[in-house]
Amino acid sequence: MNGLFNFLQSIGAFVIDSLASLGRSVSFLINVLLGFKEVVLRPSLLVREIYSVGVLSLLIIFFSAIFVGMVVSLLGYTILVDFGGEESLGLLVSLTLVRELAPVLGALLFSGRAGSALTAEIGLMKATEQLASMEMMAVDPVRRIVAPRFFAGLISLPILTIIFMAVGVYSGYLVGSEWKGVDAGAFWSQIQNKVEFRHDIINGIIKSIVFAFVVTWIAVYQGYNAMPTSEGVSRATTNSVVYSALAILGLDFVLTAIMFAS
Amino acid sequence: MSNTLIKIRDVYFSWDGKRDIYAGVDLDIPEGKITAIMGPSGTGKTTLLRLIGGQLKPTSGSVEVAGQEIPKLKRKELYLARRKMGMLFQSGALLTDLNVFENIAFPIREHYEFSESMIRDIVLMKLELVGLRGARQLMPAELSGGMKRRVALARAIALDPFLMMYDEPFTGLDPVTLGTIVSLIKELNDALGLTSVIVSHDIGETFSIADHVCILSEGKVMATGSPEELKNSDSAFVKQFVNGHPDGPMPFHFPADEYTQDLLAGKDL
Ligand SMILES: Nc1ncnc2c1ncn2[C@@H]1O[C@H](COP(=O)(O)OP(=O)(O)O)[C@@H](O)[C@H]1O
Ligand SMILES: [Mg+2]
Repeated sequence: MNGLFNFLQSIGAFVIDSLASLGRSVSFLINVLLGFKEVVLRPSLLVREIYSVGVLSLLIIFFSAIFVGMVVSLLGYTILVDFGGEESLGLLVSLTLVRELAPVLGALLFSGRAGSALTAEIGLMKATEQLASMEMMAVDPVRRIVAPRFFAGLISLPILTIIFMAVGVYSGYLVGSEWKGVDAGAFWSQIQNKVEFRHDIINGIIKSIVFAFVVTWIAVYQGYNAMPTSEGVSRATTNSVVYSALAILGLDFVLTAIMFAS
Repeated sequence: MSNTLIKIRDVYFSWDGKRDIYAGVDLDIPEGKITAIMGPSGTGKTTLLRLIGGQLKPTSGSVEVAGQEIPKLKRKELYLARRKMGMLFQSGALLTDLNVFENIAFPIREHYEFSESMIRDIVLMKLELVGLRGARQLMPAELSGGMKRRVALARAIALDPFLMMYDEPFTGLDPVTLGTIVSLIKELNDALGLTSVIVSHDIGETFSIADHVCILSEGKVMATGSPEELKNSDSAFVKQFVNGHPDGPMPFHFPADEYTQDLLAGKDL
């Protein structure tokens, strides 16, 4: 009896805690979004963050895209060739990448490279009282520090995803045509005929925008709410990557079901 | 008798809703003087400064600074009020990606559209006050603890505040630097006509410059008065605190079960 009561009580406490932290993170998000005006008025802040969030993630996105494109092309070829359908290789490579792999892997890599760095940076600024000192200098750290980083992430990931798509498809083409001897004309014409800009490419980009929003939100929120100790910052960084990965994969299923299932 | 700049009335505050950090504190801070807030570590001295700066809101009670009720201010008004408050953080809290010059220029650039040459003049003036004009190009990582605190001090007075708050300004400094900081606080207070609030538990340094001392413990004001008055106080608590006796009304032990019982119980960790 007592055990059951404790069990119910702990469920209740868990639900209340979860709702409270959801509420905190939403009100934090609203504050960040209110910083949009300041970001527009001072584009130099945004440009700096786009450099450290986006440009510095280019390399890992670029090389991952090359390898992923090659692997998809190679695996696709070995399957398609059994049915004599290797002309469809272009279609297979481009659809897999555009609809699924570029947005999802791009976002996962982005959260590992840029999201974790954002969390650690903001968390450290909190632990060393830099954020509190800004508040006392009458500078709102949410608008001055967090908002530019959030919008930089929101802009960078979709662009990185588009780069992932292009590089991936091209490296898939190189493997298919240069190594496996698939006809180049067939490869590209299949893509041209069957990949729809609105349905496939736009939906892939929409996915990446949703992921960018969620990943950057999680990253800055975890940093801003880290316990102001070294242990707290390291835990926040881990949480940032783990929660981002779960959110990306969960949302990916929902979005895929909405966009492509019918 | 000078005016009262900060009036704290019947303030209650708690972090978690269970343990009260403050339970009905009344405190007056006179204008133009150096007031020291003292108390054992963990009594909530830093918390008090953050209540004054509006970074925290009291559960109940009133915090009035220069006639403004801080917890009731709207966001905009609060940010305006903070421009006139300077705070020296324990760690210095310099922005690590900016050099000394840019750290001090930071609040000026954020709030005013001054020309570069004007910003330069203001920054060099503030640096001269703390004796670090020559260190303007250094990064915070290249500074010693004492220099960091002096740069942070220059930054805190960059917007010409009327109120300066110091959080443990004497902790962790070598004796020479300590002396510099002590006289700097005194000089700035008199030269700039500031009101200073020092939070500290270092009796010697604090008593040497404070006009007015306030000892906090367990969420209440335990004693107030000039340093002389406190040194000659009859209260057992004040005697223990001022002389640093390990035992007295302020217990050495964190509240716990009876010792032998605790040892014999052998479980429940
Ligand atoms: N961010 C926080 N969250 C929860 N409790 C806190 C926080 N900051 C301080 N405390 C608690 O409040 C009490 C007072 O802290 P503080 O004001 O820093 O004391 P002092 O500066 O006098 O050493 C401490 O017991 C501390 O554990
Ligand atoms: Mg403290």
